[in-house]
Amino acid sequence: MSSYTTNEMMTVAAARRLKNGAVCFVGIGLPSKAANLARLTSSPDVVLIYESGPIGAKPSVLPLSIGDGELAETADTVVPTGEIFRYWLQGGRIDVGFLGAAQVDRFGNINTTVIGDYNSPKVRLPGAGGAPEIAGSAKEVLIILKQSHRTFVDKLAFITSVGHGEGGDHRKQLGLPGKGPVALITDLCIMEPEAGTNEFIVTSLHPGVTREQVIENTGWAIRFAADVSETQAPNETELTALRALEARTAAAHGQQGGEE
Amino acid sequence: MAEIISLREAVERFINDGDKVALEGFTHLIPTAASHEIIRQGKKDLHVVRMTPDLVYDLLIGAGCTRKLTFSWGGNPGVGSLHRLRDAVEKQWPNALEIDEHSHADLANSYVAGASGLPFAVLRAYAGSDLPKVNPNIKFIQCPFTGEQLAAVPSVRPDVTVIHAQKADRKGNVLLWGILGVQKEAALAAKRCIVTVEEIVDDLNAPMNACVLPTWALTAVCHVPGGAHPSYAHGYYERDNRFYQAWDPIARNRETFTAWIDEYIRGTKDFSEFQAKIAEAK
Repeated sequence: MSSYTTNEMMTVAAARRLKNGAVCFVGIGLPSKAANLARLTSSPDVVLIYESGPIGAKPSVLPLSIGDGELAETADTVVPTGEIFRYWLQGGRIDVGFLGAAQVDRFGNINTTVIGDYNSPKVRLPGAGGAPEIAGSAKEVLIILKQSHRTFVDKLAFITSVGHGEGGDHRKQLGLPGKGPVALITDLCIMEPEAGTNEFIVTSLHPGVTREQVIENTGWAIRFAADVSETQAPNETELTALRALEARTAAAHGQQGGEE
Repeated sequence: MAEIISLREAVERFINDGDKVALEGFTHLIPTAASHEIIRQGKKDLHVVRMTPDLVYDLLIGAGCTRKLTFSWGGNPGVGSLHRLRDAVEKQWPNALEIDEHSHADLANSYVAGASGLPFAVLRAYAGSDLPKVNPNIKFIQCPFTGEQLAAVPSVRPDVTVIHAQKADRKGNVLLWGILGVQKEAALAAKRCIVTVEEIVDDLNAPMNACVLPTWALTAVCHVPGGAHPSYAHGYYERDNRFYQAWDPIARNRETFTAWIDEYIRGTKDFSEFQAKIAEAK
């Protein structure tokens, strides 16, 4: 087995969560990279939908923007942005919403709006984009982001997109149709919601990662499942496909795939 | 019937200080040339509406043309922050900017409602999100049939919408294709609509069901080849990703930004002179 980076491990682990044939609403950046890796390896029939309008996009290089021309050219059809949100997402046709985030909390709620006070923010982040309704209406949600004290926080300054709200059955009380986030995939581990509380706990550690590393890089008192497994290391097929995808992207754009 | 006129004349006659203006185009066909002309003419106090402010609104905000921004995702796609937008929100430079912040689904629905002649849009959204707490324009209503709680947001009805498209014919009928974003809805929601186009042709040869905006639904059509750069025009030119990257250091700093717009926008008489100057600088 060749060596690999923690970022490669994260992308591969996320790609494996996407089942063949699933209809997936894809965010730009890490989600788009993982979703396309899934399409190129284990799940050739995954349907990728981007908020700009392409349905069934099959790009050979990663898009830098959410509306790159190649997404349109390789799609089964391209519909107006309003239709994407009205018919395909709100209409209940999305199996998996695949999101990135600036920050998450223990219940998988996402902040992409501000750090600090909303009216006089320390840092003004880009904002909601499509995420609030993807998080609300997709049948389930996967979240991928690099883990650190800065990104996994005890209390969010702002809840842009709802995960499990205040935990327990809060999401159901809010009347949200989808199941909410079912996994947080990071460069260190995989977290899944604990039955009952819906608090994210570590269920799988990537090879070589210690519990102490995860604790140090989480802003709340992270808990571990009774039975923590070890994530299977990326295999040759996955690594070859991922590196080829990144090389094609770099050659086409002069930079890596975009991050929303 | 749309008048086929220069972009300068269209902006002079149809965009007024204080107007609510939407420059739409979702990563594709972004009407950059129109934003430059708005800066050249020193338009002021605009309420600008756009799902993704992008570089076009970073320009307008930094140049002091705007007083209010309605938006749903404000970043430099593939690069990072919009520094002029952030400076206006965080430090009120060059002036305070009122923020009216939504999600994409919400704004897309608001344009549909505007084009449909309705006062508001209804959608399943925002339950549990903090956005309704900071934006009084997001409210909840009860479905009169099922009792379900749904979000309600005011429709977007701009005084003027500006979009960029691939082709117009000599009567001013407009054809666009590829990623359409909310351009048709934004055009039809507005009181006036200016369209800049890559070329003007004798016959659009539009396929059945193509996205055609009839001349009688538009106000002005302006021939501005390359007018969507650094975004792209499907079938004409690709997205200039390097320009988006190069924009980051220019916009990061007030002085470099102001020097850039003084040189390249205020220092040129129109978009073709701007293009020549940019090409020279390369």
